[in-house]
Amino acid sequence: MKKISWIITIAALLVGAIGVYQYLVFGEQAAGYSSAVPWGLGVATYMLASGLSAGIYLLTSLVYICGVKELEPFRQVGLVAALSALLAALVAIGLDLGHLGRAWRIFISPNPHSPMAWMVWLYTIYFLLLILQLYFDSRGDSAPAPDAGTTEIPGDKRPGRYLAITGVLVALAFSGGLGALLGVVQARPYWSNPLLPVMFLVAALASGSALLIFVVAVVNPDQQDEETGRAINLLARIVVGLLVFYLLFELAEMLLGSYYLSPSHALPYQLILTGPNWWIFWVVHLVVGALIPVLLLVRGNITAKTAGWAGFLITLGFLGVRYNIVVPGLLAPPFTALPSAYSEPGLAYTYVPTLNEWLVVLFVLALGVFIFKLGIEYLPFSRRPDNAVTPPAHHVETGADLSRRYS
Amino acid sequence: MVDKEGREIREPVSRREFLVKTATSMVLGAVTLGALSRTPAYAGDTAAVPAAGSDSRATAVKEWPVNGDWENRIRRLEQDLERALGKPVEQRKWGMVIDLRRCVGCRACTVACKAENHLPPGVVYRPVMEEERGTYPEVQRRFLPRPCMHCEKPPCVAVCPVKATYKRPDGIVAIDYNRCIGCRYCLAACPYGARSFDSGRFYTQDTPLLEPYESEPALEYGKQWPRQKGRSPIGNARKCTFCLHRLQAGQLPACVTTCLGGATCFGDLNDPRSMVREWLAREGLMRLKEELGTEPQVYYLT
Repeated sequence: MKKISWIITIAALLVGAIGVYQYLVFGEQAAGYSSAVPWGLGVATYMLASGLSAGIYLLTSLVYICGVKELEPFRQVGLVAALSALLAALVAIGLDLGHLGRAWRIFISPNPHSPMAWMVWLYTIYFLLLILQLYFDSRGDSAPAPDAGTTEIPGDKRPGRYLAITGVLVALAFSGGLGALLGVVQARPYWSNPLLPVMFLVAALASGSALLIFVVAVVNPDQQDEETGRAINLLARIVVGLLVFYLLFELAEMLLGSYYLSPSHALPYQLILTGPNWWIFWVVHLVVGALIPVLLLVRGNITAKTAGWAGFLITLGFLGVRYNIVVPGLLAPPFTALPSAYSEPGLAYTYVPTLNEWLVVLFVLALGVFIFKLGIEYLPFSRRPDNAVTPPAHHVETGADLSRRYS
Repeated sequence: MVDKEGREIREPVSRREFLVKTATSMVLGAVTLGALSRTPAYAGDTAAVPAAGSDSRATAVKEWPVNGDWENRIRRLEQDLERALGKPVEQRKWGMVIDLRRCVGCRACTVACKAENHLPPGVVYRPVMEEERGTYPEVQRRFLPRPCMHCEKPPCVAVCPVKATYKRPDGIVAIDYNRCIGCRYCLAACPYGARSFDSGRFYTQDTPLLEPYESEPALEYGKQWPRQKGRSPIGNARKCTFCLHRLQAGQLPACVTTCLGGATCFGDLNDPRSMVREWLAREGLMRLKEELGTEPQVYYLT
């Protein structure tokens, strides 16, 4: 099983690398974005990965902040997943830049007024925090107190705790900041929404907790069944709650949006609900990314694996959510007469991701998985004495039927 | 034709020839009359063309001034420009007024700009938007050229993460091509769609020879920018610069000098004697998307 997943990951990396190579050779012509629609699938993928990283990090830091013991065994895995998602996000946005070689300028001469500059600075701080936390964790500084009966919060009075508190603030800032990045754009009424930072934060938490379920249930390193069951039960409740909360936001937005009359206000909603890509909203997001997984998760007895795959579907659905935030906002032309004013490749107010863009996305996602697998494989986490593999318990009091196979 | 006795033989004239000759002579006569009287001769007076209603401007035959209106206007704008260039840069404030009643939608400005700045496919600085109102026969077409607005409060400058796009002291919103990281945030933030992304296309890229008009360096911002892969301006945001490089050389922007209707007026908004200031005082002045508070420095007369 492990071998197969490695082979799939490396194959996906290699196939995706073709796209990256094409991009480097042919330049931005290979992409579907243009002067008229400047952002596309690459930016949507970046936003998904960035949100996943923040979400997973915030969830796993609950161990420190709120003393949620159920997630304690998965804190380190969560840190590795958060780091992988962050690196995937940065590679995604890096490949999307016209001049990646000049990105260092954001450190030398940042514009303090630009949300994008804040984002880069926050990512940098966040990245350093993650590295530090992983370092202390692998040294065992933040290992939980051996006496589990005490009320002491695991890792209390250790550098890890202070790092986690700082990290939580940074993760909150950049996941909301991504919403602000779009929200400050007055030119796009579809984005110019003061609630966008909050929506992005909720989306990050919902998608991050969904991916964490997948990580815990399907790909986590040898872990006791009982712990897995407890964590999944908690996470399933969290993810359903967050997803429903996000859908509520979306319902309000769509209901109000359908009342708008001005083209730049109304067109994005029309495109999302009834446009040529209607299936992204109705099928990818609502059916695949919400309805099916929620039905799976609210059932009483599910196996860890099923819960994990439900989490995977929610994560996938959020790629559709991100796409539908980025692209429709840009498809509404600034003036209705502008699209026909001058016709040329690159000036049409349409966007279809090219094969090249899909390959780059495949590369980015495979890279994230690859880094994650390397991390859980080779990072010297402090092994707890009770980490020995015990025979699987088939009926745990948590109500989850955990018949996990060990690969 | 002349016969032996020197008499003119008058050949029968066909009806068509007669009509053509008559009409020509009448028009010429009318023009001459108009030129002499220095007042427009109307069809009603001259019967040069069938009257389409009393005092209809459509049927007017206009005088042809000794120095054309257009030429006079350009000369005046050049003088304004010279005066403005004599001032320190921070005391100038470049602006543009476009008279939509004079714009005939010929696209000369769009093309002149393309040629001046060697713009590739997918990059256009000054498209002309077109709108048809009404139904035949009560129909009207309106044209609206849309250069960069060089806003007083430019949203693009606010969001650029590396300060690559900035507002010059003379009011021009410029891009430092060697700073731009190509993130395209400014394209998303511009409410006028006035920014383009140079994705490295060439018109003649699939032909045996890359034509010189594409490979020759553009002169934007007073520097030479040969378009080569991996080098600016490829991979950059690009936009109208009010032809800064021409201004520095004492020339008007390409779109101004090429405008055959004389619809585009350009100059120093700080100069009370300039023609732009005169135009600003006219009726029917408007700016695009005024409600956004960007305060464009491109005005329109409607």
